[in-house]
Amino acid sequence: MKNSKLFWLLSLVLVLSAFLAACGGGGDSSSETTTETEEGTSESGASGEPDAEQVLNLIESAEIPTMDSAIAEDAVAFNILNNVNEGLYRLNQENVAEPALAEGEPTISEDGLTYTFKLRDANWDNGEPVTAQDFVFAWQRAIDPATGSPYGPYMMGGTIKNAAKIAADEMEKEELGVKAVDEKTLEVTLERPTPYFLSLMSFGTFLPQNEKFVTEKGDDYASNSDNLLSNGPFKLTNWDGTGLTWSMEKNPEYWDAETVQLETINVDVVKEPATAVNLYNSGEKDRAGLSGEFALQYADNEEVVKELEPTVFYLKFNQERNGEKTPLANVNIRKAIAMAFNKQDLVDVVLANGSLPANYLVPTEFTFDENKADFREVNGDVLSFNAEEAKKLWAQGLEEEGVSEVTLELLGGDTETAKSMDEYLKSQLEENLEGLTVELKAVPFQVRLELDQNQDYEIQTAGWGPDYQDPMTFIDLFVTDSSQNRMSYSNAEYDALVESAKGDLAQDVAARWDAMAQAEKLLLEEAAIAPIYQRGLMSLQKPYVQGIVTHPFGGDYSYKWAYISGKQ
Amino acid sequence: MARYIGKRLIYMFITLALIATFTFFLMKILPGSPVASADKLSPEQRAVVEARYGLDKPLPVQYFDYMFGLAQGDLGISINQFKGANVTDVIQSRMGPSAQIGFQGMLLGTFLGVLLGMIAALRQNTWVDYSSTLVAIVGISIPSFVFASMLQYFFALKLEWFPVALWKDGFMSSVLPSIALAMFPLATAARFIRTEMIEVLGSDYITLARAKGASGSEIAFKHAFRNALIPLITVLGPMAVGILTGSLVVEQIFAIPGIGEQFVKSIMVNDFSIIMGTTIFFSVFLIVVILIVDILYGIIDPRIRLSGGKS
Repeated sequence: MKNSKLFWLLSLVLVLSAFLAACGGGGDSSSETTTETEEGTSESGASGEPDAEQVLNLIESAEIPTMDSAIAEDAVAFNILNNVNEGLYRLNQENVAEPALAEGEPTISEDGLTYTFKLRDANWDNGEPVTAQDFVFAWQRAIDPATGSPYGPYMMGGTIKNAAKIAADEMEKEELGVKAVDEKTLEVTLERPTPYFLSLMSFGTFLPQNEKFVTEKGDDYASNSDNLLSNGPFKLTNWDGTGLTWSMEKNPEYWDAETVQLETINVDVVKEPATAVNLYNSGEKDRAGLSGEFALQYADNEEVVKELEPTVFYLKFNQERNGEKTPLANVNIRKAIAMAFNKQDLVDVVLANGSLPANYLVPTEFTFDENKADFREVNGDVLSFNAEEAKKLWAQGLEEEGVSEVTLELLGGDTETAKSMDEYLKSQLEENLEGLTVELKAVPFQVRLELDQNQDYEIQTAGWGPDYQDPMTFIDLFVTDSSQNRMSYSNAEYDALVESAKGDLAQDVAARWDAMAQAEKLLLEEAAIAPIYQRGLMSLQKPYVQGIVTHPFGGDYSYKWAYISGKQ
Repeated sequence: MARYIGKRLIYMFITLALIATFTFFLMKILPGSPVASADKLSPEQRAVVEARYGLDKPLPVQYFDYMFGLAQGDLGISINQFKGANVTDVIQSRMGPSAQIGFQGMLLGTFLGVLLGMIAALRQNTWVDYSSTLVAIVGISIPSFVFASMLQYFFALKLEWFPVALWKDGFMSSVLPSIALAMFPLATAARFIRTEMIEVLGSDYITLARAKGASGSEIAFKHAFRNALIPLITVLGPMAVGILTGSLVVEQIFAIPGIGEQFVKSIMVNDFSIIMGTTIFFSVFLIVVILIVDILYGIIDPRIRLSGGKS
């Protein structure tokens, strides 16, 4: 009896240490944290009457690095900005961008280059009105090289007129294509017609800032919750700038305050996944993310909510390393590898977090045409798992290369998830492709980035999350001169399709959609990359939490429509 | 004495300068950029951000700028963890909780450890001795993160005696983390005191005390204990190190806004200035502790001469 107890305790220690060792890294997602997002609204059961007490208790996984929308570049900041501020547009419960501070749809010039927005009457929480000048000020600030904003040039360059030149210090920031015609009229000029421009207007970088307030606060601006102004559904409180705790309180000055039901959202940063789950189970927190082993452990729990993120992971095939062609320059070898691993088993057994097998680059449930048809319906699946076909292509490829054995390096992340996935890929590929030896190389994220920049790898597992709600955010990754290409893939037809979708077809919605679909198909048929999976996210959520909306890009969540119902 | 301390202070500054230099260059060798969205940006866009934080300057210039600032007590500004915040402010705002659980852990651990060690020595080679040795070994070998997780699970989640985590309930929030941190000093002190006590108990003056007819407890506390305590001071340094490294994980597990957990994060996100600032802060703390230990040692035990003969 005593022995069995001791044994039990010992096993608990072992299991716990395994958990904790596994949770140590967490860097896996750092590549996508900037745009880590979920898709679809969290489905909840019966939604009854809201309770009298409207308090939501949440966990965040990292501190707020900044609340200055001009320099924000991470998931935490964009999420809070989305809830305490508001721009011209906002993603609604169906994830369609709808006018927010803009009063109705803008007037768009015939060439699609000039957008004129009328602003609604709305105030900052200090009572001052939000004006067109606030937008001009904030956008100029974000593009000004002196600000050192990462997302300013990234989001505006090539889209807003003159942005790229200003970022390169070749023009003054005043020449940015945004102008306050009067207090309530904002005119934006684009570099080229941009069909997804309105959804872009819901992104954090394009939020307004009150010039007087920002200038007055100087270096202290956005350094804690007292040095901030909000114009959104909530305002940030109790944030000291470096702490692990803050709150969001309903903003009575918000123009649509009557929609907002939550009075207070209390947020605490918990970096340890086990602690997050314990806080959830103790009832202190209403929601907790499940990572790694916890996803497996709670998979059948009825309080689990699953969300599909628009983040896709794939293998990059480097065709040229150190100036020499690799075996991956052969299309049949690439195709063979892309089809030689069982993706369903991978997501079910190895990842087990609600991810989907991906036979595509543009994620599912991410972008829709005007008839609400998913972009995925156009191309369907390409490069599905097919061991027989893969074997044939492999033999053919080897023959073309005149070799019987190939050794390839597989570069990947050093987190537990990444390592177990890469080990699975190695075993599948070596089993299905005779004569192939895969050498695994697991490195920290920053190292992988550097090796990628130097094109110093053969196969690499990489992932991408969207920056705007359009297939183009994925499609243009692999044009010849893209900084994400770095694998010597170059196809003139693909480049031309992308170019026309960005250029002459920009105003022809259907033809543009079609060109992007063709480009994706071409990319995958040539197996320039091999899609692996689309990431899922599992969380525990109390049944009394209703109406949290999750978004595919920008801020991850909206609490504007959330409420508590049925908590005793 | 004054001369000795003066000399030690000079050594301290040299040590610090060396630590700062090593850390600085080691970090520059680390691959990767402190720009969080480096994977998205083009090299030109990245350069703009890096220039904002002076990372575009040649390495020697960056180094001398940093050392010059350091000499004036300026640790620079955070690059991405708390964009634009002064590193000194960050450390200041995070110091309190770390100091509290560290101090409590040290106090509790030393007290219990001394108690355990004494009992073990007085009941040498009995089951009491063996179980206290077992506790010491377990305390040394179970990593603090495992111990902390177990405390959290049993005493907070199951028994609900203490909060699960977070820094919201004053003293109650600090209990479990302090216990988790106490394990290392406890084990160290227990082993040390036991050995010392056994040695002291076998010495001539204890035999004399016994011959005089002093009672058992009088011998243990009045004569043996005080002398056994002296060597404990030497392990205060290593104990402080143990508390410090323990705090990195314990703070993370209990979600305490301390320096330790913030240090871990800064390394993960490549925030040079925070890594530098925190390393220097930790170094100063340890160097000062060691200095105090050396001075105390000389005061308590006059047999130990600090400097070349004169005092």
